[in-house]
Amino acid sequence: MLERLGDRVKKGLRDWTDRLANDEQKERMQALARPGNEYGVDPFGYNLDFSLSAVAPFLWLYRNYFRVETFGIEKVPAGRVLLVSNHSGQLPLDGAMIGVSLMLEASPPRAMRSMVEKWVPSLPYVSTFMARMGQIVGTPENCRRLLESDEAILVFPEGLRGINKLWPQRYQLQEFGLGFMRLALETRTPIVPVAVVGAEEQAPALMDLKPVAKLLGFPSFPVTPTGLPFPLPTKYRIYYGDPMHFTGRPDDEDSELDKKVRTVKASIQSMLHQGLKERRGVFW
Amino acid sequence: MRPAVVVTGISGNLGRTLAKLLHKHERIIGIDRRPFVGRPKDVEMYELDLRKKKAEDVFRKNEVRAVIHMGIMHDPRMSEEEHHSFNVVGTTRLLEYCAKYGVKKVVVLSSANVYGPSPDNSNFLTEDAPLMAASRFSGVRDLIEVDMLAHGFFWKHPHIETVILRPVHIVGPTIKNAPSNYLRLRHPWMMAGFDPMIQLIHVEDVARAMVAALRPEPKGVYNIVGPGEVPLSAVMRELGNSPIPVPHLVARPLLGMLFKYRIANFPPPELDHIQFLCAVDGSRWVQDMAWKPHYSMRETIRAVQGE
Repeated sequence: MLERLGDRVKKGLRDWTDRLANDEQKERMQALARPGNEYGVDPFGYNLDFSLSAVAPFLWLYRNYFRVETFGIEKVPAGRVLLVSNHSGQLPLDGAMIGVSLMLEASPPRAMRSMVEKWVPSLPYVSTFMARMGQIVGTPENCRRLLESDEAILVFPEGLRGINKLWPQRYQLQEFGLGFMRLALETRTPIVPVAVVGAEEQAPALMDLKPVAKLLGFPSFPVTPTGLPFPLPTKYRIYYGDPMHFTGRPDDEDSELDKKVRTVKASIQSMLHQGLKERRGVFW
Repeated sequence: MRPAVVVTGISGNLGRTLAKLLHKHERIIGIDRRPFVGRPKDVEMYELDLRKKKAEDVFRKNEVRAVIHMGIMHDPRMSEEEHHSFNVVGTTRLLEYCAKYGVKKVVVLSSANVYGPSPDNSNFLTEDAPLMAASRFSGVRDLIEVDMLAHGFFWKHPHIETVILRPVHIVGPTIKNAPSNYLRLRHPWMMAGFDPMIQLIHVEDVARAMVAALRPEPKGVYNIVGPGEVPLSAVMRELGNSPIPVPHLVARPLLGMLFKYRIANFPPPELDHIQFLCAVDGSRWVQDMAWKPHYSMRETIRAVQGE
């Protein structure tokens, strides 16, 4: 029963995807098909069929809700690449929109993977959904493995510090982790800085109810003007920067790595400033 | 007489499968507390406990060229003390004999379960990942200890070729371990909203790997992976099971009660295996041994049912 319902929902979503994407884009998405096994999944649990169905709501958000504009997507090189982005908006829709933009606008299209927080696999439904969409737990081993097989990986070095920050800190980059730089040096992967403008205003958080978060086992419990972190229809602008190549020892001292990380951070910050200057308003 | 290969735990399903593969080429001496049903004539059999002094006689009286150690039990109903003593003391004694009587090759069967399922596991654990299983399930502590004992032996005796094999969940028509029993249920529980990637290997493929481990090349620890990984739900569909989704917050206390009153035979920490990842990277074995499993994914899954 449940299974049949699931199949119906899946088919409905798939039709929705087909309606949202034009023929060219449909073809391009099909071209992303990866070698899975006879059960339709790759070794990490990524399922293209499932993804093409599940991507429908995100395509709709991309097109009609956030009306995403991308700039400089042609700068994303072929082969292994680390996309390093600012993180904001209480819900990780910025990651989803970057993913959709690479699927729809990049040529050839890329199926990006992002590294999710370690608490995601302990969440029912979310864990399965993420795995089938090609998202995986952000351990260094996972990241190394994927970069070595020339995948595009999205990382948010601010992590929860970024996504859960409160309204007064908007567009201020929080402290960056150093892990991504180590991995980039180790696997000789170019870094593409990415700035997302607009996600910050989708759910302005006024305060973080820490005791409630603790009770529910959430990393934070933001209180927004609407009460819930439900995203408002802000306009997203995604800026891709020039690829940055770093050389050096991956096991260098933190201070050395930090210098390199700071150049990435500065590049994202300047794209953010430019994006904020260029936009006429939050919602259009 | 030819130098022999000693196989402990030979009367189990895996042991019997191995004996059938090996007895035509090697002289086999089996050690097990249980009788060997359907024993090939050329397999010598000693029905005894590894912890007893008598076990040493096997080594004293025969020239032993290799030992395959699978005499390790895992029965959640058994007293923890007996369990621990049989596995840990038994392994310690056996390794002592190996060192004392100049055995050249020691193959120890461990399991990929020693890493333990956990939400923050990487998707593919390599051989150097920490053995964390006991942090959430103290019942497997002795299995980890056996693995560590063998590991210690490997470093202490560099002239002995020690191989530790960590296969993923073993399934087969007559296998009665937790994963096979679970997959045989008509209405197995699944944790609502969780569908981890599962790795299974056919019992005959494990037996082939154990035989391959007798060759001179392999040394050290190896993960042994079968035909690959699939979501648990795909396994259920292949087997025609109708799983019951149970919310994970309810499942643990409920199973705890069912286990206590002997209605279910799975201790609650086993639920981690159907909730979180515990998948391993078998590429080291594949590369060193040019390994390929005989059984496809579909055949391996279907092997649970036996036909």
